[in-house]
Amino acid sequence: MSDSASITTGAEKPAAHDDHHGHYGVPGYDPAAWKMGMWLFLFTELLLFGAMFIVFAVYLHKYIWQFAAGSVQLDIPIGTFNTLVLLTSSMTMALAIAVLQRGKKELAIKLLDFTLGCAALFCVVKSFEWGGKFEHGIYPGSLHLAAMTLGEQIFFGLYFTMTGLHALHVIVGAGLILWCRARIKSGAVHAERITFMDNIGLYWHLVDLVWIFLFPLFYLVG
Amino acid sequence: MSQANDHHDEPHLIPYKTYILVWLGLCSLTLLTVAVSYANMRHMTIPVALMVASLKCTIVVLWFMHIKFENRVLWWFLIAAVGTYVIFVILTFADYSYR
Amino acid sequence: MSTQALPAMEQVDYIRAQKGLRSWLTTVDHKRIAIMYLIAIVSFFVVGMILGLLMRAELLSHGEQFLSGAAYNRILTLHGVIMIFLFIIPSIMAVFGNFVLPIQIGANDVSFPRLNLASWYFYMAGAALALWSVGVGGVDTGWTFYVPYSGNTDANVVLPMLAAFLLGWSSILTGINMVTTVHRLRAPTMGWRQMPLFVWGIYATAWIAVLATPVIGITLVLVLFEKFFHVGIFNASMGGDPILFQHLFWIYSHPAVYIMVLPAMAVVSEIVPVFSQKRIFGYRFIAMSSIAIAAIGSLVWAHHMFTSGMADEGRIIFSFLTFFVSVPSAIKVFNWLATMYKGSIRIELPMLFAFAFIFLFSIGGFTGLLQAALSIDIHIHDTAFIVAHFHYTMFGGTGVMFFGAMYYWWPKMFGRMYNKAAGMVGFLLFFVGFNTLYFPLFVAGLKGMPRRYADYLPEYEGYHALSTYGSWIMVTGLLILIFNLIGSLRCLRFWGTDAEENPWDAASLDWKVPSPPPTHQFASEPIIVGGPYDYPIPHLGDDDKQAGKAEVKA
Ligand SMILES: [Cu+2]
Repeated sequence: MSDSASITTGAEKPAAHDDHHGHYGVPGYDPAAWKMGMWLFLFTELLLFGAMFIVFAVYLHKYIWQFAAGSVQLDIPIGTFNTLVLLTSSMTMALAIAVLQRGKKELAIKLLDFTLGCAALFCVVKSFEWGGKFEHGIYPGSLHLAAMTLGEQIFFGLYFTMTGLHALHVIVGAGLILWCRARIKSGAVHAERITFMDNIGLYWHLVDLVWIFLFPLFYLVG
Repeated sequence: MSQANDHHDEPHLIPYKTYILVWLGLCSLTLLTVAVSYANMRHMTIPVALMVASLKCTIVVLWFMHIKFENRVLWWFLIAAVGTYVIFVILTFADYSYR
Repeated sequence: MSTQALPAMEQVDYIRAQKGLRSWLTTVDHKRIAIMYLIAIVSFFVVGMILGLLMRAELLSHGEQFLSGAAYNRILTLHGVIMIFLFIIPSIMAVFGNFVLPIQIGANDVSFPRLNLASWYFYMAGAALALWSVGVGGVDTGWTFYVPYSGNTDANVVLPMLAAFLLGWSSILTGINMVTTVHRLRAPTMGWRQMPLFVWGIYATAWIAVLATPVIGITLVLVLFEKFFHVGIFNASMGGDPILFQHLFWIYSHPAVYIMVLPAMAVVSEIVPVFSQKRIFGYRFIAMSSIAIAAIGSLVWAHHMFTSGMADEGRIIFSFLTFFVSVPSAIKVFNWLATMYKGSIRIELPMLFAFAFIFLFSIGGFTGLLQAALSIDIHIHDTAFIVAHFHYTMFGGTGVMFFGAMYYWWPKMFGRMYNKAAGMVGFLLFFVGFNTLYFPLFVAGLKGMPRRYADYLPEYEGYHALSTYGSWIMVTGLLILIFNLIGSLRCLRFWGTDAEENPWDAASLDWKVPSPPPTHQFASEPIIVGGPYDYPIPHLGDDDKQAGKAEVKA
């Protein structure tokens, strides 16, 4: 209830806002909302990996020398190679969006294919790395690992957990890129309706970001 | 304060060259941090590695994730999220750094 | 607040818009999703209440009555899991945030309607897992799932942990939706300072849900990894630190208590000005204190761990920081009281619930300050004092305002007014029973009664017996309150009357649409003039630039 009613009609509404809303009646296409929602989702990923980095930091603080001893058992050239692979895939993802914004559909799909190739390469290298560790008897619950110092056991526990969860995100990200590729092909995503691709790009860059921290913390503390 | 300025329909067109330069920068920072780790600086290794990683992270967020070209609301969002995380880290160490 | 509401009176309301169970299970209408949450949440509340009654009955006198220690522990865990994860955390946010918030900001739905439905399914899946865990023997870890016990126990902790994980995602998705909705779907003529305080409260809550919940999600996943893949993370025999689990657990779970209570405070901020017919006092302070609670609430988690073996310096820092979190809550209480001062107060049921909130939450808050003091907490940690404290804040706060919100918005949601006299009786029984139930636990706790015990020494019998009698009075009141609402529904019409569009003379936008609203409550964009608290009585020294003075900017 209001006593100071100064009612305006819909017809008199300020023109400046006309472009703002498509949500009266049918829900409209609001790229800014989708982008905002995507960023909020990325924050949950940030905090999810962030919590694991807190665990890492606490044990690094506690077992600094044992972590160094664990770290030297990882292969720096392989880690570096994988870092460069992911960075490159991030660039091709960004380029794919930039290309599609300019209407070049075929080139965008090629760049996405390249990005997918990088994702696959990353996973293959990662699995060889894990396989190598398993061959040396280093895997969760192994006797060889149980014979190591407590700090090294934690180091490898975190190594498998964190790189494993990261690899899972790479796989999910690749799946999303495949989906995006299909939608570009079908014409659902194009220069004017590119928010979907933008958001998948954001997710892919987040996967890259996590690795940017994982790499030095696991490979370079030795 | 009309919220019409959260509006961002026209995507900002970033030249291809920017992305390639950013990529080159990220790769050289990666090689730099690896080189530093071989230099065996003992207790400086981790701080240097973390600083380089943070720098790379900032570059990715600003250009690849084009936060640099976004409106102010997303900047505030990012500050809130990262700030919260930093608080969690610092206060966890309010315990662990004294143990 | 005045608007060009343009209600399409002839339109059929959202309940009758479609028929059949399928139309409900596939709906993307925020109002229908809210109703589905309401049904689920009230049902789980009743289940949790029955479990609580069982525990109280066991504690009626000393010695074993009808529950073994093991059974008691399982019931206690289930009571905690249901009440925390299935009732309090989603309660006001999911039901009234969904139903009321879009209407209050002049929107026709939330930003991501399908995501909204998905988060209801996440909720139901989590609930199913939690109940399934009972079927396979139950869990006796307590709702906190502390390691090392949760890692070693043979009980099936996977199901409740996965349940908590899914429920966490449900509240994250709701949070993402609410934040985006407030930013993107506010009527273009509604400035931030013209938003109702309920919207501010839900907005702050949504942020906490987004930023804190992932931490518990990953922590539970880590425990499961450790359990099944034998990776060393928290396990001390592999070099892990079990206290780190507690840190991560409370990094989420302390902010979670504000996920629980901020929406309740937001409801109080809506109800008090309406039933005082007076402009809200200190709009900006109430709005900002919600944000401040969200911010400061993330600084204090380790006050749950003062006896866990943390470093002394850490304990002192957290004790010190904890005192600050009471300041914004106190600001809210002062502003509510100042709003009532010289107002034209009507004693209706929603207002009674708001009074009860202020009284009970103040007791809960003050006893919280006692526990914030490190030295006192070491004495009362893990005693019944804590149990009394968090029931006063969580149940006396959020639980009470969940009922308050139901009694306030029921006419809007269902177009029916309940029987006020019966509601009054139910409220009084509830209030008396509540205090009889929980207050003795403060005293018993101070005298050394530990929490989570199925039995006790004879000297505590008086407190426990009184408490159990209280539980019977309280449950009688709660049942009257619930059945009063159910019996008033249009399909039953046992009592009550049809509700008008605005039975409380409220000024905010949610009362400008028909009761119940049509599926699309706003046929065209509402034009907002003035604030949500434009009541006849101005507040003293009306120098706030809020509400009443805000004009439309073109
Ligand atoms: Cu707390």
